[in-house]
Amino acid sequence: MAAPLTQFDVLAIRREFPILQQEVNGKPVAFLDSAASSQKPRAVIDCLEDYYRRYNANVHRGVYKFSEEATFAYERARGKVARFLGAASPRELVFTRNATEAVNLVAHSWGSANLRPGDHILLTLMEHHSNIVPWQMLAARTGAVLDYLSLDGEGRLVLEELDSKLNERTRLVAVTHQSNVLGTINPVQYLAERAHAVDAKLLVDGAQSVPHMPVNVRDLGCDFLVFSGHKMCGPTGIGGLWARRELLEAMPPFLGGGSMIKVVELDHSTYADVPARFEAGTPAIAEAIALGEAVDFLNTVGLEPIRQHERELLGYALERLGELAELTIYGPHDCEQRGAVISFTLQGVHPHDVAAVLDSDGVAVRAGHHCTQPLHRHLAVPATTRASFYIYNTPEEVDRLVAGLAKARKLFA
Amino acid sequence: MDDIYREQILEHARYPHNYGTLEGATCSHEEHNPLCGDRVRIDLLIADGVIADVRFSGRGCAISQASASLLTDAVKGMPVEAAKAYSKDDLLELIGIPLRTNPTRLKCALLPLKALKVGLYGVGYSHEDEDDDL
Repeated sequence: MAAPLTQFDVLAIRREFPILQQEVNGKPVAFLDSAASSQKPRAVIDCLEDYYRRYNANVHRGVYKFSEEATFAYERARGKVARFLGAASPRELVFTRNATEAVNLVAHSWGSANLRPGDHILLTLMEHHSNIVPWQMLAARTGAVLDYLSLDGEGRLVLEELDSKLNERTRLVAVTHQSNVLGTINPVQYLAERAHAVDAKLLVDGAQSVPHMPVNVRDLGCDFLVFSGHKMCGPTGIGGLWARRELLEAMPPFLGGGSMIKVVELDHSTYADVPARFEAGTPAIAEAIALGEAVDFLNTVGLEPIRQHERELLGYALERLGELAELTIYGPHDCEQRGAVISFTLQGVHPHDVAAVLDSDGVAVRAGHHCTQPLHRHLAVPATTRASFYIYNTPEEVDRLVAGLAKARKLFA
Repeated sequence: MDDIYREQILEHARYPHNYGTLEGATCSHEEHNPLCGDRVRIDLLIADGVIADVRFSGRGCAISQASASLLTDAVKGMPVEAAKAYSKDDLLELIGIPLRTNPTRLKCALLPLKALKVGLYGVGYSHEDEDDDL
């Protein structure tokens, strides 16, 4: 950015995103699918190119200038991301491909070492498939049992169920910080206290929260936090796992290969210290460095202002969408309890058709089950349409969404 | 978009032909589209090597519902061998809207055909092979 933003100037922010300067179907693009993947600012795109043009080399290997520069930039990015999350040390931050890979890492490494037959893993009905399937696979390997917290009528966790579902057999609670469908922001601090009271660990899926609000792992009190870079203005192919250092250091390796070893003998090996132990093979170097750039960008704008901007958009969107009688909106009514993600169904029109009509007006939304089949079964709908907002969205785009929905309703009535 | 939602499609989506299930169906098969949660089931009554009757049920977008409506019209009374040979191109021609450049919507349109073919051939049939030439 040319100059630090002193106050939230959404038009200035939009100018930093080259893709938003385009038109779709002859109309300026209204990108309302950032919960799936965010757009990238110029600084992040330039950072990727700069690496390949100027100092592309493998990390932690060469003694020549390019490799030293790449290693320095890669590790500096780790430090930026670790600070961004409030980690005690960069050593607590493992780069992965995305949040999904980070959950799988914990399930394979920590899970296989710590779960015994009959142990319980407590999930919730609003989890993304990435925070369900790895635990199902772990349960199948270890004989552990899965349990789920239910939701109330506004898509909030029924916390009273903790009294029975959280017990001495519970080893792990894995919960999303913010639902990618309902927008519900879960009381992670409280869940951490309750989990720790029975000696269970808490894993937080931060894929939908880390891009949108201040997230500090020490304040949350969780044990693991996973996130994806591509939802927070960073590139695809990079994300991470934060874990308490003592937990991480006790965990066996996940993938084996180069970079994660100390000494390799013919029949056994000793493993590198954390976090290298969990980063086998050549990592996503350019992407990690560019994720650091994305973190700089978000810090420049400020996470509190971002949350405030999105809360205003959310409030306006809920008000405008409320004017449409045929629309059912899922999730909490109170903007303080939810993020700027709105999933809905339009009576008589399939979500896929809603999305197609909106697309014809240059409004990009997502339709489907959003990788949450158990949640949609709970809501008793096969699919929903979802509009999600970010740093670059405007009230005018909300108006276009509402107009498009009225048009869809008319077309299919 | 306006190309996709032609009146014929909207009419078939609103008032689908052959919607329902068949008592005593010779074969019935349901297919899902995991991307959008759509499902289409096709029930067939086969007599003397001919599809004597057909129904479809399930839920889905306008494209998949219209496609199922048109497809079931087309194969009713058709010899089983001819129905087995009924191709993706035949169906797309029948639907008559430009879908080839839109792989996501193409999947919606072809879901009923997949249900029909897997039903007719049994589980060994792989409809995915037909997607390779997109």
